[in-house]
Amino acid sequence: MKSAKVLKKIATIVAATSLIATMFMGCGGSTATKTDSGKDSATSSGDKLEMWTFVDMHAKFFEKMLVSWNEKNPDKKLDINFSVLPYDDMHNKLQSALLSGQGAPDMVDIELGKFPNFLKGDPQLEPLDDVYAPYKDKVVQSRVAIYSKDNHVYGFDYHVGATVAYYNTELLEKAGIDYKSIVTWDDFKKAGEKYYAATGKNFGTADTSAQWQEALMLAEQKSDFTDASGKPQLNSPQMVKALTTLRDMQDAHAIATIPGGQPDQPDAEAAINNGDYAVVIKAMWYMSRFLEYMPDQAGKWAIAPAPVFEKGQPRSVGLGGTGTVVTKNAKNKQNLKEFIAYAKLSEDGEKAIWDDLGFDPINTQLWSNKDITQNKDNKFIKYFKTNPFDTLNEVKNEIGLIKSTEASPNIYNVLNTVTLNSIFEDKKDIKQSLDEAQQQVENELK
Amino acid sequence: MFKGFIYNKKAAPYVFILPFILVFLIFFVSPMINTIIMSFQTVLPGSRKFVGLDNYTKLLGDKVFLLALWNSFKYMVWTLILLIPIPMVLACIINSKLMVGREFFKASLYLPALTSVAVAGIVFRFSFGEQATSLMNQLVALFGMDPYKWLKNGTTGFIVLLILACWRWTGVNMLYFLSGLKNIPAELYESADIDGASIWQKFRYVTIPQLKPTTIYVLTISIYAGLAMFIESYMVFNGNNSPNNIGLTIVGYLYRQGIEKNSMGYASAVGLVLFLIGMAINLIQLKLNGTFKKED
Repeated sequence: MKSAKVLKKIATIVAATSLIATMFMGCGGSTATKTDSGKDSATSSGDKLEMWTFVDMHAKFFEKMLVSWNEKNPDKKLDINFSVLPYDDMHNKLQSALLSGQGAPDMVDIELGKFPNFLKGDPQLEPLDDVYAPYKDKVVQSRVAIYSKDNHVYGFDYHVGATVAYYNTELLEKAGIDYKSIVTWDDFKKAGEKYYAATGKNFGTADTSAQWQEALMLAEQKSDFTDASGKPQLNSPQMVKALTTLRDMQDAHAIATIPGGQPDQPDAEAAINNGDYAVVIKAMWYMSRFLEYMPDQAGKWAIAPAPVFEKGQPRSVGLGGTGTVVTKNAKNKQNLKEFIAYAKLSEDGEKAIWDDLGFDPINTQLWSNKDITQNKDNKFIKYFKTNPFDTLNEVKNEIGLIKSTEASPNIYNVLNTVTLNSIFEDKKDIKQSLDEAQQQVENELK
Repeated sequence: MFKGFIYNKKAAPYVFILPFILVFLIFFVSPMINTIIMSFQTVLPGSRKFVGLDNYTKLLGDKVFLLALWNSFKYMVWTLILLIPIPMVLACIINSKLMVGREFFKASLYLPALTSVAVAGIVFRFSFGEQATSLMNQLVALFGMDPYKWLKNGTTGFIVLLILACWRWTGVNMLYFLSGLKNIPAELYESADIDGASIWQKFRYVTIPQLKPTTIYVLTISIYAGLAMFIESYMVFNGNNSPNNIGLTIVGYLYRQGIEKNSMGYASAVGLVLFLIGMAINLIQLKLNGTFKKED
């Protein structure tokens, strides 16, 4: 009889254990496996390849590039299936797949903020050095360095991501403000105050879930989130100055927090479309958001260099980005690598990047090609009041760099969940918030 | 030989439970053992290195982890406070013979449990949006209040999570209590009536003690559910990174470290701590309730 009781006890514990075990294993996402339909493809190797991306436009771009690649290279034809997944979902699935060595796609888009995660340890990505070599002298080196580790290049970007200011001229004119007169942050603040007094609406944005503005302000002061050795320096004097300036503008009603936390969010785009904000400081790639989410605003927005602390400081910084990579267990690797280089670095590719995506291509030779920059049929040139290339070429030699290091994902996470909210929403002390952020990141990196 | 085995009374029970044991070993025990090993390692593609207690010492100094722990614990306690007494009373009301339209109320209270968390979370996020046009802000505007940033403030953000939990789970817990009520013999109430007991006395001295097995069951699953909450917060805050981490739970933190930041070893340590806490709370609770007592 006694054994029955013991058994019962064990059964209770087992039941309790299994219940709780489901708790912390329940969140493991299963990687969807795609079955190959097995249809006869006309590719040289017959492999059906898979690409993941998190931006619909990127998939369309690659689809188009694939058609022209297959036409030009009948002996190296590829057959790629493109899947568009949600941002977080895609990166998380990719990480699990690469960690387990199973289920990863052949090529994939990895966003810059997540990229260092994939370079940790022994990168499960294919070096692209050989296919990069022919383009080496034509592209912006810093945009390649951020996807490299130990002198190997692992990803090619779509764009430079030069940061500029977008002004809603229609709204500004009503308030009697000329955006061309805004050179420094001080001018910006005064214009903002004037705008708020005249309209009761917000001028610029105080972002709580993105660090772009801070990155720009750091680059203007020739500083960075990390020091030369890649260690975080979130409480640096430059960082304090950047946030003090922003908070000062917020207190003066020149900038205000925005629904969604930053301009590149659906809620925020709705607010901007609605005329609730008149200025957006963002990278060139934000142009595509205007065309996609605010088509009615065509002709109202002008592009100009971003403000600086003092005249003479560099007025831009390359921000954001997405590296297309080939994974280690990809099929048909060599052809795939050549295809990516063709799509993202060749002249054909760079032209398509500008025409279809509206990105500032990393091959800057294109920036001065009149056929492209003065093309009146281009949808981006048509949409904006000023020619995007005028601003781009104006700041061409002033585009700073924010390094991408192993600490970057941690830094961005702390800033965008805690620090910027503390500073702009809860109005906590700036230095103290930054000290706490620094401490948190240091602990996480231990 | 084989026939002998099939008809063996001693072997038969084990054959019957074999499927469960196999599933349990493959899908629960082996990942758990792996988790324990990984919690002492740094895990990267192609390399697993033992780092001793590093992950655990890091945990102790990790303010975000402590915050996640606190959030989960607070959430669990509040769901217990709200989701046991209220459904119990509702079940009694619906069980009453005087109640009109009880099937309607039963169905409508249960309905939210059938919706997907993802959909419900998104609906709640929009309802509590910070724009002046969101449902809640339109509502408070009727009282002359300014639009409020519901999901950016710790207290209101937390209340939204609790409202979501109550909205979804009241009906489910109520059904548990209803089935418990059906098992209480009518004679007990009759004799209480003869003794002249009031409604409150009947509830206090007949209903509550008779519902004890149901209550313990609901309590146990609510503790697990409360500590393991993740998807609700993920949906309401549009991702795992809520402002100031107000919606971050332990499982959310585990997910952030393991999946979002590629630190599987550290995440394993977080998971084990969660496991130990959940286990401890429930063992204490079951002990206090006498579940381990002899049944004779």
